[in-house]
Amino acid sequence: MWDWFYKLASPPHFYRIAANLEPWVLWAAVILLLAGTYGGLVLAPPDYLQGDGFRIIYVHVPSAFLSMFAYVTMAVASAIGLIWRMKVAYSVAAASAPIGAAFTFLALVTGAIWGQPMWGTWWEWDPRLTSELILLFLFLGYIFLRQALRDTRQADRSSSILAIVGIINVPIIHYSVEWWTSIHQGPSLIKMDTPSITGDMLWPLLIMIVAYQLLFFAILLTGIRSELLQREKSSRWVNDLLTTGVIGEGAQ
Amino acid sequence: MEFLAMGGYARYVWSAFGISFAVLIAMLWLTRRQFNLTKQTLLRRIRGKEGTQI
Repeated sequence: MWDWFYKLASPPHFYRIAANLEPWVLWAAVILLLAGTYGGLVLAPPDYLQGDGFRIIYVHVPSAFLSMFAYVTMAVASAIGLIWRMKVAYSVAAASAPIGAAFTFLALVTGAIWGQPMWGTWWEWDPRLTSELILLFLFLGYIFLRQALRDTRQADRSSSILAIVGIINVPIIHYSVEWWTSIHQGPSLIKMDTPSITGDMLWPLLIMIVAYQLLFFAILLTGIRSELLQREKSSRWVNDLLTTGVIGEGAQ
Repeated sequence: MEFLAMGGYARYVWSAFGISFAVLIAMLWLTRRQFNLTKQTLLRRIRGKEGTQI
């Protein structure tokens, strides 16, 4: 039953799966991104309060969601790496960080662009906004810590502990609008109730979230492959792959 | 034209979408470039080693 898990832990095996999967995931992401953008900008009706300004939701909510998703991916992969001493897991964690930082940056910037016309300010030291900014610093801290530590094993261990400790910030971001008085509106999707958004506004948003998610995976797979090559640069399979273009069948 | 005007929110809506797509494309491109650079560097390393062996 655990066979697939052990197989995934093998760098050449994981590399091969990643290389095969990548183009499919990327194309699915591009198609859904175009469909979601069309749905959000053209088909969805204007909001009764915010008019066409609300359409920023179609790029803001997916980035915000993915910023947290990327962090959880990074923290869980770090924990798996620490527990099982698994190179593949550390590679997943290290590759997640820059993509997560980019999504967090986008969530903050699109949020500011949305805040200006609706709240009359680009920025406010509000619980939701501040905790999202802390998320950006966590990603950047993780990246700089890895770069500062030249020894890969030490970098893996230290950065993983940072990632795991920092996960406390993820529920804080999510519940910040319920726990404290916030300028930010409450959740429209993920809550113990039916979503408070009408169907023709909702489906482009769901498509965009899935598209961002697939794009995250597509970029992640490339990043993981770079990491694996770098870590395994002295191994037989990397040598074979780079000189002949294929990984030998027996490579473990 | 009315579509481009976005009910008066044109600056906000288009800049939010523009920045989002720009960052996503940049992310995709940078990651791929990094991957190709890694491959090239490692290949040169292998070639260099073979050279010294002879």
